[in-house]
Amino acid sequence: MAALLGYIERSSPIHQLSGLTKLICFLLWSFAAMLTYDTRVLVFLLFFSIIVFRISKIKWQEVSFVIILILIFLLINNIAIYLFSPQEGVKIYGTNHVLLELAGRYDLTLEQLFYQMNITLKYLAIIPVALLFLVTTDPSELAASLNKIGISYRLSYSITLALRYIPDIQREFHLISKAQQARGVDLSKNEKLWRRLKNAAAIILPLVMSSLDKIETISNAMELRGFGKHKRRTWYSFRPLKKKDYIALLIMIAIFSAAMAITFYDGSRFYNPFL
Amino acid sequence: MNKGLSVRTIVAIGIGAAVFVVLGRFASIPLWIPNTNIEVTYPFLALMSVIFGPVAGGLIGLIGHALKDLLMYGSIWWSYVIVSGLVGVGFGLSAKKINIESGIFGKKEILIFNGYQIVTHAIGWCLIAPILDILIYAEPANKTFFQGISIAILNSIAVGVLGTLFLYAYSKTRSKKGSLHMEE
Repeated sequence: MAALLGYIERSSPIHQLSGLTKLICFLLWSFAAMLTYDTRVLVFLLFFSIIVFRISKIKWQEVSFVIILILIFLLINNIAIYLFSPQEGVKIYGTNHVLLELAGRYDLTLEQLFYQMNITLKYLAIIPVALLFLVTTDPSELAASLNKIGISYRLSYSITLALRYIPDIQREFHLISKAQQARGVDLSKNEKLWRRLKNAAAIILPLVMSSLDKIETISNAMELRGFGKHKRRTWYSFRPLKKKDYIALLIMIAIFSAAMAITFYDGSRFYNPFL
Repeated sequence: MNKGLSVRTIVAIGIGAAVFVVLGRFASIPLWIPNTNIEVTYPFLALMSVIFGPVAGGLIGLIGHALKDLLMYGSIWWSYVIVSGLVGVGFGLSAKKINIESGIFGKKEILIFNGYQIVTHAIGWCLIAPILDILIYAEPANKTFFQGISIAILNSIAVGVLGTLFLYAYSKTRSKKGSLHMEE
């Protein structure tokens, strides 16, 4: 059964940071990678995130299955971009260096390669940091951190609930799916699409109904314990910020500002080496 | 904004997001085109939105999709995550017209529900998703629109078939108003 990613307990400088610090760093990092299209910034972000990843003592094997999934996605995405718009790079960078003459508009240009490299970098630059945020942050600390950056504690609690119940629901899904397969419900490619759709319903419907029951039970239990009575609540798992948290935040803010400055000082998101 | 969230809605968002993640990870039906699935998460999202309303629907879509991306790929495709949230809100708007708790889900309700879901998908995937993709990732316009339109069609079919079925099955578990009769 292919697993999902989860918290990996370990003792490293990254694990010791407060969840709040990691959340802010992750969000700023995402914004930086989303806004910029500057190759220099993207390369820097990617390298820096790999260094941070090394510090965290998370092993490559522990996350490699996810990275392989993303690489396959990126490959298909790149092929699709080329099929749909082989001259997008020429349009963006305004010059045209043909490397290889192919049929029709499919001439391979340096600009297109550069543009697709940038798109790939842009996706890649977020991955190590997002992975790190996920595997080094205790889920219960995450809720506390979300609350601290201004998200209401009710919503933060929803997110903790989701993380808490994913393993349970996953187990239930597999149980139901096995039980239905034992009764002859086939989900594999051997069935026709229409039949598979109906068979999928035979598994999803029981899961949905039991989840709706769960909602009733949990919300009754929470109500009995007086959840939501007050405007604020305290968090058992919140770790107050220490010196290293402030240092990490300062570094992150510096990186973010520098990335924005370099990206936008010439008024364009794109770094153009062809001019 | 969240002052009014009831405990039941909070739990519905949490559990809904968890089910969204599990269904997205394990229950998608792959098609013959690479990287294209019939997503069973959206029919589920539609059911939750109609039962719990647009706020819950939007947040289930947003949180569920963000967590799914994060847990599956270790990164978040923000453009699609945002659209999932909007789609959840769109489904939820039909809750005003359909009183699913009364146990009535007949032809009229099915038509209303499908009208809402098709319009929602069209706006979400054919318009907002490509625009966000272009703004955030500067992907080529024709590729993003082609992707958006195919997702909209696939999801509309999935929600039209499975979502309608889920809602119908759910409405059968509710007792109809006035279903009790005085003994003669």
